[in-house]
Amino acid sequence: MLRGSVGLIALGSLLLSGAAVAQEKIKVGVTATLEGTYTVLGEDGIRGFQTALNTLGKKVGDKELEFVIASTDATPDSAVRAVRKLIEQDKVQILLSPLSGDEGIAVKNFAKSRPELTFVNAASGAQETTYVDPAPNFFRYNMDGAQWQVGLGKYAYDTKGYRKIATVGEDYSFIYTQVFGLVLEFCGAGGQVTNRQWVPLGTKDFASVIAALPDDVDAIYLGLGGADAVNFLNQYQQAGGKAHLMGGSIMIDQTILSSKGNAKNALIGTIAASGQADTWEDPGWQKFVKAYQDSFPPNKRFPSPSLLATNYYGSTMALILALREVNGDLSNNQAKLKDALAKIELDAPNGKIKLDSNRQAIGTNFVTEVVDDGKGALFSKVVKVIPNVNQTLGYDPAVFAKIGLPSRTIPECKKY
Amino acid sequence: MARFIERHPAWALIAIIAVALLLWLVFAVWPPGLEQAIGRKRVFLNAIFNGITLGGLYFLVASGFTLIFGLMRNVNLAHGSLYLFGGYVGYAISAWTGSWILSFAVAFLAVGLVGVLLQILVFRRMEGQDLRQTMVTIGLAIVFADLMLWVFGGDFYQIPTPSWLIGPVQLPFITAVKSSGEPVYLQYPMVRLAIFAASVAIGIAMWLALNRTRIGMIVRAGVDDRDILAATGVQIQAVFVLVFALGAGLAGIAGVVGGTFQSISPGEDTRFLLASLVVVIVGGMGSIPGAALGAVIIGLAEQLGSVYIPTYAIVVTFLIMVLVLALRPQGLLARR
Repeated sequence: MLRGSVGLIALGSLLLSGAAVAQEKIKVGVTATLEGTYTVLGEDGIRGFQTALNTLGKKVGDKELEFVIASTDATPDSAVRAVRKLIEQDKVQILLSPLSGDEGIAVKNFAKSRPELTFVNAASGAQETTYVDPAPNFFRYNMDGAQWQVGLGKYAYDTKGYRKIATVGEDYSFIYTQVFGLVLEFCGAGGQVTNRQWVPLGTKDFASVIAALPDDVDAIYLGLGGADAVNFLNQYQQAGGKAHLMGGSIMIDQTILSSKGNAKNALIGTIAASGQADTWEDPGWQKFVKAYQDSFPPNKRFPSPSLLATNYYGSTMALILALREVNGDLSNNQAKLKDALAKIELDAPNGKIKLDSNRQAIGTNFVTEVVDDGKGALFSKVVKVIPNVNQTLGYDPAVFAKIGLPSRTIPECKKY
Repeated sequence: MARFIERHPAWALIAIIAVALLLWLVFAVWPPGLEQAIGRKRVFLNAIFNGITLGGLYFLVASGFTLIFGLMRNVNLAHGSLYLFGGYVGYAISAWTGSWILSFAVAFLAVGLVGVLLQILVFRRMEGQDLRQTMVTIGLAIVFADLMLWVFGGDFYQIPTPSWLIGPVQLPFITAVKSSGEPVYLQYPMVRLAIFAASVAIGIAMWLALNRTRIGMIVRAGVDDRDILAATGVQIQAVFVLVFALGAGLAGIAGVVGGTFQSISPGEDTRFLLASLVVVIVGGMGSIPGAALGAVIIGLAEQLGSVYIPTYAIVVTFLIMVLVLALRPQGLLARR
């Protein structure tokens, strides 16, 4: 009897102390691609995340946010491994993850096995993540790859007069989604996409890919990122390439435009579309750029935040604002937090963001052109701003569903 | 050669036809039907050239690997780390002094020195114990990889190509004929040709050194029978150190080459270790001409694969390795 009650008291005090700790801190796990082809993207994502903490602070009511960062390498299994480790070993309650397309699909599927936790997508942009069988506890505050290409096809066709283009892209879900968005709009306007080449993520030797580029087209669209993009440009310069280029959202981005060497100069004049434009004059954007620049010394950052920094900033901002709205209340399987996250309307640096019924962002898109600032630094200059871009790209949902999911060959080049 | 034809007349005929067909594909202007069937000639020629130049890089890495194995019978699984280290050293020197040529010399010396230390501090202590040596080199490879990640980070580095090597050159191969009758010649990146020429020169120099000099004679004798050679009074340990330094230095040079026309980053060490393993297994462990042949075969397979069967390109190299292991397990050019 005595023993039993001693045990009970001990157990009770243990539980109490546990509760006391939980009251002081909310643990959030963050993943970024700090290894492999997309290392540079992951590093700048983390800078965006830190900029958000500098701007917004880590306090939620009387609780303090604690963050644990884990590294991935853009493969889906590395992302799931990192998320598992954060949940099981570091006991995080909320996830801010992941960065890359395939990772996003894997983490979304994993999220279903932990319905009590909350997952805020950090930057990944594959369409499937939120479009097919979305997880109720997975929230995405950035647009997907197809939304990020809205405006590019029409601009290329109408203003630049391109009629026939070919594409080169990395062989995985995010780039499929980007090419999907591009092809739908470009072919819808009457253009032709004659050839789509796919290269494995992490390709080093692009010489044969460059040789196989068709020369009877008006422009070549590049859907590459990180080390792949730099390797491609370097070898493109060595091979003396001179075609008109068009770029995807992580190709025409500070991660590439600020790379060392002069191979990037091939990109001057290239048109692209993305969820941001470096030289946008909106005061909110300029304030964010200033905050990013003030957070790090010039040699530890890019001249201007990359798309990844902006996405991490937006996701972190959404999470902190929602947590403050519910005063850090994570009881009842974080129900209040999830509710607040679904309803929140974000005044993000790159325009207003709200979520649809799949918890996917509806936001603003930018068509851009690469310019030299006269001092050798390259920036994306805004050409057109398109607000309220939703995941079905303005199509009727029934028509959009018929197009099929982005893949190497989908969509076909025709008007839907 | 003549004996081979006498012994296997059928195989010799097939080989001659294959070579003739290849020469025709390279030199002739393709008829339109062929272009429709397998694509433009420019793509094919480029893939062939890329395969051969990539083979040059693989040869630089694998020749050191096979030299060390041939003489000392130790499988140095830290060879990929030597490659990566050479790349980083080359980058640091080129960023510091701006000289591309100097980065080769320093990378060769620095990585060669690491090789000397490895031989004296590690391999000499466990001579003749193959399994222990292999396990230790795996361990070292992991330690080196983490040390380099610590110092250089996860970023990728590119060694800038000197300006006189940037851009394409025109080669005397006709890729197509314009409707006006004017021939279109192949444009090819200068830097890849220069690097290939350098690796051929290094290969020939190595072959000459092995076959025409006294040191080479000692090394060859050591490959055949180490114990008898030692018994004749040759300072075998000094020869071992020399060969190890040379093999490691070559890996260092290869790192600079790889950093110039591709890029260097963590993970490249295992990629090139794997590539050199495949190359020497195909060519024959311990054989320099075997390494050259294996390197060209693997380079061609990778590049032609990436153009004509992109989905399965990664499998092709391993298929070749499986075929060689099944039909000629000692490697294509190995001696009995």
